[in-house]
Amino acid sequence: MITMATVWLDGCSGCHMSILDMDEYLIEIFKRATLVYSPLVDHKDFPEMVDLTLVEGAVSSTDDLAKIKKVRQHTKTLVALGDCAVTGNVPGMRSMFPVSAVMERAYVENADINPGAPTQKIPPLIARVRPVHQIVPVDLVVPGCPPSAKTIAYVLDRLIAGEPVDSAEIARFG
Amino acid sequence: MSVKTLKMDGKDLSAREGDTILQVAEENNIYIPTLCHLDGLADVGACRLCVVEIKGRRGFQPACSTVIEEGMEVVTNSETLQKYRRLILELLFVEGNHVCAVCVSNRHCDLQDLAVKVGMNYTRLAYRAPVRDMDLSHERFGFDGNRCVLCTRCVRVCDEIEGAHTWDVRGRGIEASVITDLDQPWGESLTCTSCGKCVQVCPTGALFQKGKSAAEMVKQATFVTYLKSMRESKK
Ligand code: SF4
Ligand code: SF4
Ligand code: FES
Repeated sequence: MITMATVWLDGCSGCHMSILDMDEYLIEIFKRATLVYSPLVDHKDFPEMVDLTLVEGAVSSTDDLAKIKKVRQHTKTLVALGDCAVTGNVPGMRSMFPVSAVMERAYVENADINPGAPTQKIPPLIARVRPVHQIVPVDLVVPGCPPSAKTIAYVLDRLIAGEPVDSAEIARFG
Repeated sequence: MSVKTLKMDGKDLSAREGDTILQVAEENNIYIPTLCHLDGLADVGACRLCVVEIKGRRGFQPACSTVIEEGMEVVTNSETLQKYRRLILELLFVEGNHVCAVCVSNRHCDLQDLAVKVGMNYTRLAYRAPVRDMDLSHERFGFDGNRCVLCTRCVRVCDEIEGAHTWDVRGRGIEASVITDLDQPWGESLTCTSCGKCVQVCPTGALFQKGKSAAEMVKQATFVTYLKSMRESKK
């Protein structure tokens, strides 16, 4: 039995939906792996050491930065799951504009009431959205928006069994 | 027409004088990745994906625009070539803004297919995230510079097949981009015949038909080969 975690950075949660889309095959997976941390379960803190972590989403804020560094330190095998984690994808489309312009657009130009960017509680955006592997070393990339349930099942089966995976053969961008 | 003999990946082959390495490879079912090449258009060697090694020559030669010679020994696939082809694809992906998930050409894109074929599933280089223009002034077609790889297929088809020469290239290096007429809005072009050939040959989502969904935006570039061969044989 291995331990497994999933992490959600700047993404739409579509990759997590695709994980759930494995349907009854999840039962097969969880015969061999325990989910110890995930937005889908209740644990609040990332455990001391996890065998396998799937990361959805790009690195966009100081919070994402801190999270992914911590996750890397406490994970044996780190998988960048989906185009946002692998390329920056849709969240990365704001990289061509300065952060101030992005905030202005979202919180002032498009605001119906109380225009003005939040100054508290919301983690500041970093200047450019980055794929996960450009911040911390990643053991495997699985592109796709989202990767299909079948792709995720294949990847998990192999990783849990300790077998090598070449996602270039099964996954593509978009 | 005389016949030349050469070796490709260790195999002895004969070919017509004047053929390119790519033509010979295709005739013999040897796969060489290409992007800017299109059967029926003049080759310009713009993308460099088709590079091969030729014994006795330094560096790499583009298969699409290198003519065979007697006794040539060509290697079309090696670890070094795979490494460079992957790197070229990485450069193409980080140079513009390719967001496949929201692209009209998603799953019908030559660039995306090449990434799969070459096994490029992430880039080691930082994304440039350049600010690039769109031109939506044409009634039926659109241009999105974010997805243009400067293969110049649009420029060549418009000039060589349609004879309009609406498209051309402006600027140099990283600043280069395709333009219509004298960098005027496409919709106001005096030379564009609205034939749509450029849209059909564009290998990416840079040129598209307005109002088509990603599922519908399937391009047919093979008409160029057909038109060209019919014209040459004057049928
Ligand atoms: S042009 Fe091709 S590679 Fe670029 S975003 Fe569109 S589908 Fe992806
Ligand atoms: S618009 Fe399309 S066909 Fe023209 S240069 Fe760009 S990618 Fe090539
Ligand atoms: S296909 Fe030969 S250089 Fe582009």
